Amino acid sequence: MSYDAGKYDVAVIGAGHAGIEAALASARLGCRTVIFTINMDAVGNCPCNPSIGGTAKGHLVREVDALGGEMGKTADECTLQSRMLNLGKGPAVHSLRAQIDRNKYARVMKHKLEQCENLVMRQAEVIDIERDGENWLLTTRLGAVYTCRAVVLATGTFLGGRIFVGEVSYAGGPDGMFPATELAGSLKELGISLRRFKTGTPARVLRSSIDFTDLEVQKGDEPVTPFSFDAEMPPKNSAVCYVSWTNDRTKQVILDNIHRSPLYTGMIEGVGPRYCPSIEDKIMRFSEKPRHQLFIEPCGAETEEMYLQGMSSSLPEEVQIAFYRTIKGLEHVEIMRNAYAIEYDCCDPLQLNATLEFRDYPGLYGAGQFNGSSGYEEAAAQGFVAGANAALKVLNRDPLILDRAGSYIGTLIDDLITKGVTDPYRMMTSRSEYRLVLRQDNADERLTPIGRELGLIDDRRWAKFEKKQAQKEAEMKRAEKTVFSPTDALNEVLVSCETSPVTTGVRLSELLRRPQVTYADLTPIDTERPDYPREIFESVETALKYEGYIKRQLQDIAEMRRLEKKLLPKEINYAEISGLRLEAQEKLNRVRPENVGQAGRISGVSPADISVLLIWLSAHNEGK
Amino acid sequence: MKTIAAISTAAAPGGIGVIRISGDEARAVGDRVFKSVSGAKLCDMAGYTCRFGHVYAPDGERLDECVATVFAAPHSFTGEDVVELSCHGGLFVLKAVLQAVFAAGAVSAAPGEFTRRAFLNGKMDLAQAEAVMQIISAQGREAMKAAQAGHDGALSRRIEKLRSDLTDIGAHLAAWADYPDDDIPQVDETMLKTRLAAGKTALKDLLAGFDGGRILREGVVTVIAGRPNAGKSTLMNLLAGCERSIVTDLAGTTRDVVEETVLLGEIPLRLADTAGIRDTEDRVEQIGVRMALDRVKTAQFVLAVFDASEELNDDDRALMDAIGDTPAVAVINKSDLAPKIDRAEIDKHFKEVVTVSAISGEGLPALQNAAAHALKTAELNPNDGILYTERQRADVQEALTALEEAENALLMGMTWDAVTVSLEGAIAALNELTGERVSDAVVDQVFEKFCVGK
Repeated sequence: MSYDAGKYDVAVIGAGHAGIEAALASARLGCRTVIFTINMDAVGNCPCNPSIGGTAKGHLVREVDALGGEMGKTADECTLQSRMLNLGKGPAVHSLRAQIDRNKYARVMKHKLEQCENLVMRQAEVIDIERDGENWLLTTRLGAVYTCRAVVLATGTFLGGRIFVGEVSYAGGPDGMFPATELAGSLKELGISLRRFKTGTPARVLRSSIDFTDLEVQKGDEPVTPFSFDAEMPPKNSAVCYVSWTNDRTKQVILDNIHRSPLYTGMIEGVGPRYCPSIEDKIMRFSEKPRHQLFIEPCGAETEEMYLQGMSSSLPEEVQIAFYRTIKGLEHVEIMRNAYAIEYDCCDPLQLNATLEFRDYPGLYGAGQFNGSSGYEEAAAQGFVAGANAALKVLNRDPLILDRAGSYIGTLIDDLITKGVTDPYRMMTSRSEYRLVLRQDNADERLTPIGRELGLIDDRRWAKFEKKQAQKEAEMKRAEKTVFSPTDALNEVLVSCETSPVTTGVRLSELLRRPQVTYADLTPIDTERPDYPREIFESVETALKYEGYIKRQLQDIAEMRRLEKKLLPKEINYAEISGLRLEAQEKLNRVRPENVGQAGRISGVSPADISVLLIWLSAHNEGK
Repeated sequence: MKTIAAISTAAAPGGIGVIRISGDEARAVGDRVFKSVSGAKLCDMAGYTCRFGHVYAPDGERLDECVATVFAAPHSFTGEDVVELSCHGGLFVLKAVLQAVFAAGAVSAAPGEFTRRAFLNGKMDLAQAEAVMQIISAQGREAMKAAQAGHDGALSRRIEKLRSDLTDIGAHLAAWADYPDDDIPQVDETMLKTRLAAGKTALKDLLAGFDGGRILREGVVTVIAGRPNAGKSTLMNLLAGCERSIVTDLAGTTRDVVEETVLLGEIPLRLADTAGIRDTEDRVEQIGVRMALDRVKTAQFVLAVFDASEELNDDDRALMDAIGDTPAVAVINKSDLAPKIDRAEIDKHFKEVVTVSAISGEGLPALQNAAAHALKTAELNPNDGILYTERQRADVQEALTALEEAENALLMGMTWDAVTVSLEGAIAALNELTGERVSDAVVDQVFEKFCVGK
């Protein structure tokens, strides 16, 4: 039994962090959009850590915000505690991370979707996807058939989800949800290549069962920097986290029971993330380490659940209780939700192109964990790009392609579609070769103009952005123009900064170029300083201090972008290009790069191969 | 686009060799190595014009006479600003000029890169494209062969060791930056400095080995100097006895009229103006002491011949001063005669001193040995990896520069993200030799070495 449930421009399957951004981007671009979720109470759920951001992930959130996405704003509204990580390690690696109220986050996000024009929400499990000419037909378990021009797959860990706790294993989604059991089969029938990945999460425990007396307290930073460039008021710190450590007894309990871990019994076939090992994994792999750190984090303002970051596990429940209780502060801990591992289906992202559309399935897009990534922020970033592109395609507009020289989002997507993944992909600052240029503080400068052109930055916000850019420019000019005389007052400041005094007049910009000197240090001298927001001065100072490095990276970027402009025709058969080495032919045929720059980043493709490609390309274009 | 340079004439001795520099900075780079006789700057010259002048090494040494031709973008082979330096020295001098060009800011052109740029700028038609494609695919195969040979070879082991040391530090810095809340051992600044310094030493050793290896492969421009009758021609004749055996050893470097190559031990000496020395001592006297001293100043290696049976005179002392830091061996000739020479004064000026009898050939092995030490080829262990090509050398040089920047950033008190980025530049340059990507290597190591993640 089935019925016609109507026609939509864009359908989004899944309402997690990827699905939300995809649906909002699509609807806001003017496309009639439907979003499916297996459980309406799971929209915007954070089934793992109650935090948003972190190293490189904070960059992603700010970039999504700069483009007109929602994650940053909602995170700001739900912040319990905020920290700018890596202060002192340099602006390239500064990253924002916030503990958030996860229940509120889900509630706020759901409400935003409900209020969004052009967007329809449906609690339904999509069990079948098939092509119908230009359209895609989605069938739900209850027989509703939706006709859509484009589809974004954002299925997270629901797709073919299977839970593992010790010897127990059952079909299940995250956080006690139903899994999506049928869709994966339907995708395979279409010819899409799927694989199994796994991830895990620690227990949630009752706050009153923890003894905080001897635990180290971790506080937020003051003042708080919001994620959103559009925030009117920065969020406030209202909660703290705690640090504790595992010990020999923890290790012993785990080692005594390791044979009961599904990872070691071979029950789990999925590949887990290297960067997010379970505690049993850490103990087995780094056996020389005497102890491992854990963070005890609040799950929200209106709940007593606490999250044990660093303690994910798939050991049996009773073993979990036993080893958690060996840890200082947790001697009497009460588990409210047990730790578990979850295995799920995802695609091989080499099948996608830079718009996140399947190369061989026009109108079908993938985002988030479905593409082999991990993390709320990675998901949101891809969701935005996939949703925007689905809409742009329906609207017959130019696609949104972000390159790795312009954003972490572009780096993330390029890595996924060019190198593929062998385990769930997490963003890291070390993955960006241009990280002195791609900073979290200038995400708006890099991406808001793109968001504006898309149509997702309104006039009010654009005016605000332009004002900020003008202030930066004015301050930069002032720094170059302002000259301080070599007064005792100035030299006193310089000496106190442990840098050499001056004997002649010196420009403000020259002083700021010195690694030791900051705007704050110069406040007593720099009396003409205008009353701009803090971030203006931070930006100018960074631009000056790292000028040389930034300039070099900009040169590299210009060079890289030239090759990105050399598009490779879709129909190339690389096996027929003489002069290419065999390995290069195979890799190129598999990845099918969109341009020569991307081709050059495929491992196994040499500079000589690229020369051959360029020559072939030129001959090919000539022949047309 | 970076400004690139390469020798664009065939790699064989010939009348004229051309170094092509292409890119936005081509003229500026050219001006740093080339001084025209007229004083005109390449930066100010119109396209399709040329000037006569000289090319200079970074230390100011005059390398060769040269005609510099300017092609203004887009009317050039590549479509960019191009400067061509036409020199008339042999391959050896050309490579010295190329190194000077690299030092002036150009980078080594990748195989086919001029062609690539010509394409990018729409400067090539189909017929040319096909012709060049043949050459480049051949280069690709050569490169592949070289890479495979290098894969099991000493050089790749050496590079690998160095790269893995640097990747280690990079991974530690990456873990430290990407996992701020994790329990990771502190990156110790002293350790960081020590390891950067160790990396620099290893790279410098590689570069020194390149110079030594190059001396063995290509020879060294040598002047036999000494006052009249010291025994220069006898020494020359003694060395020339081995001459025929080396012609076949050095494929493509057959001697021409200007240069004569003789083998001293394993070192090919490239003797300029040998005809003069060989014919008769009178010719040398005609040239005059002044000119002889000029030649000494431009030489890469000097055999300074002294007469054991005479006391040192002003000519001898002028010679010793002219040699300066140039590798040299003092050859005290006529060991069969009663010694009158002040040996102590000679020892003061030369690290390598040998006594020979050019007539009898006595002392020749000692001379060979001394030359090997003076030119540091004695230190070369054939089992060590040696850099072979100019391109490999340029990569290692780039890595060294990047490490120096990393060290400098640390010294200046820059934050460590700047140090890390420079360090990764060094790893990237070394990866050029192997084709692996830097960030992948570093990221993989982070997970192998550190217990990170929640």
